[in-house]
Amino acid sequence: MATTGTRVSSFSPNLSSVKSSQHPGLKNGPNGTTFISSGISDLDKILGGGFTLGSLVMIMEDAEAPHHMLLLRNFMSQGLLHRQPLLYSSPSKDPRGFLGTLPSPGSSKDDIAREPSHEKDLRIAWQYKKYFGEPQLNINSNNGGQHDYCNDLDLRKPLERHFFTSNNVNCVSIQNSPNLDVLKDRCAEFLAQFSRNEGGSSSAGRIAIQSFCSPQCKYSDMEWHMLSFIRSLKGMARSSNVVIVVTFPPSLLSPSCSKRLQHMADTLLSVRAIPDEDKELAKLLTGYQDMVGLLNVHKVARLNTQVPVILEATTFSIKLQKRRYLVFECLNQAPVDGSGGSSYGNSDGCSRSTKAGSLDF
Amino acid sequence: MEQQGLDLMDQALGFHSNKAQQQPWPLSGRFVLVEDCVDTSGAFVLHHILKRSFTSHPSSAVIFLAFANPINHYDRVLRKLGCNLASQRDTGRFFFLDMLMLQCPVEGEPNHDGLAAVFEKIERVISELSPENKKFVTVIIDDISCLELAANGSSNDAIDFLHYCYTLTSENDYALVALNHRDIYSDGERSTFKLEIEYLADILVKVDPLATGLAKDVHGQVMVLNKETQKQHGISSIKVHNFHFKIKENNTEYFYAGSRT
Repeated sequence: MATTGTRVSSFSPNLSSVKSSQHPGLKNGPNGTTFISSGISDLDKILGGGFTLGSLVMIMEDAEAPHHMLLLRNFMSQGLLHRQPLLYSSPSKDPRGFLGTLPSPGSSKDDIAREPSHEKDLRIAWQYKKYFGEPQLNINSNNGGQHDYCNDLDLRKPLERHFFTSNNVNCVSIQNSPNLDVLKDRCAEFLAQFSRNEGGSSSAGRIAIQSFCSPQCKYSDMEWHMLSFIRSLKGMARSSNVVIVVTFPPSLLSPSCSKRLQHMADTLLSVRAIPDEDKELAKLLTGYQDMVGLLNVHKVARLNTQVPVILEATTFSIKLQKRRYLVFECLNQAPVDGSGGSSYGNSDGCSRSTKAGSLDF
Repeated sequence: MEQQGLDLMDQALGFHSNKAQQQPWPLSGRFVLVEDCVDTSGAFVLHHILKRSFTSHPSSAVIFLAFANPINHYDRVLRKLGCNLASQRDTGRFFFLDMLMLQCPVEGEPNHDGLAAVFEKIERVISELSPENKKFVTVIIDDISCLELAANGSSNDAIDFLHYCYTLTSENDYALVALNHRDIYSDGERSTFKLEIEYLADILVKVDPLATGLAKDVHGQVMVLNKETQKQHGISSIKVHNFHFKIKENNTEYFYAGSRT
């Protein structure tokens, strides 16, 4: 259902209108950087374009929920759709099996529509900020073609096999490795193909490392080893046209090791499960029933610049639209019941709540 | 040069607007430690000092140990701040030691040789400087937590390295500037590393996010602790400065809390 005329969707800045004379999978970024899509259009918008080539993206997992897999799947699939070579590593015995779960672009009639607006009139007083030209509320008019920067990936539709049976994909299992040296060598080999030269980038690659310090790995208690692996990965990435996405469960590491990893990340995200049937949260947030989890953006890559990226909000709800498409939405506080006197007085758009609440509107 | 208006950061670091009191390079013989956290990076302070070290005196030299970013990054950042690192390098005033891939080859054992070699390299670079450039040398380390990593977790080696650098710079009136991520050391056992370095430092610059949360106009708050020693009377005083900052491409603005219009 198309939005009404009160939204400025057709005139808000369209990120993909920046002409890139390169491959459709690449987009020019600021300060001489280049973006590739994360596979999730909302995330691309939040990050200001996508993942920066040469950067290290770290996703902090929630040990109780596999939401990081949703991000990984979209990231990997988007790269394969753009014919960007992929190196995938996981602690499972057969990482190739995971490729069968990668999503495929949805069919064109499944346009992603934003939240139905039938309740809008009742909530205008609380949601008026939405109408101040925020670009992220556009209708996504992607037709799902392969030549788009970011495709709408349908998590229920598996990617056609021909995308990953070619030599485009390398898989490494780290389940039985005593240490990370094998993976480091494979990454070094992979990264060497994309090393940046003076002539500018021509092709991009992606590395996805899932749960690299999970307890089933033999080296999971060798913290300095793992840290130096990530550090060398980061060093190699900076001089190549690759985005490396690494997920790790911070709760299974010592706090200082986890902080070191967080500092090493150029872009730092975390995903959290939200409990079902949490009455407090249901009262606090609209659309709580549809939420699968929460995404926090802690840091956005600042390559070649010292200016930090300050986001309007850092916490987003993870929803599966039509149970197929991954979307991230700003949290909207439910109307406060005047008679009850809610204790959640925090409705300031730019402030960050205390750690106990950890919800940022 | 000296005609530039001094901002709050400069004043906190010891630059005086009164030219009679101004030394050519106020950070000579001092160790400036910048501490930051995941939420707010303190790298902009390093960039600020790097730029100041070139503008302070026509024959100053900088030795930059980069563990965190490659030279293109600093080149671009400093260029927007009005400082051309490439030409400084060509005129023998800027030495970039790329430590991004420095890692000891033997796993599990502390790497004495790695960091010792780095220190020797610094000494060599300094000894090869022309006599005029040798007067105002600044050594910048970005950052210390990566030093520890390069030493395979041996914080003793990292501390020793810093002690060596500190001795070298304080005895020869060079400046030493380093960045550390203080939230890595917040749990009990590792906090001694951070405390030792803080103790060594003459000027401590603590960068934090705003207590009230994110804002587009104010990126964070800084506390500068300057342990000034009045050598004549042997009295040491500590000056504390608190202010906010906003980082821009070509400049960082520093202002007192609430004074931003």
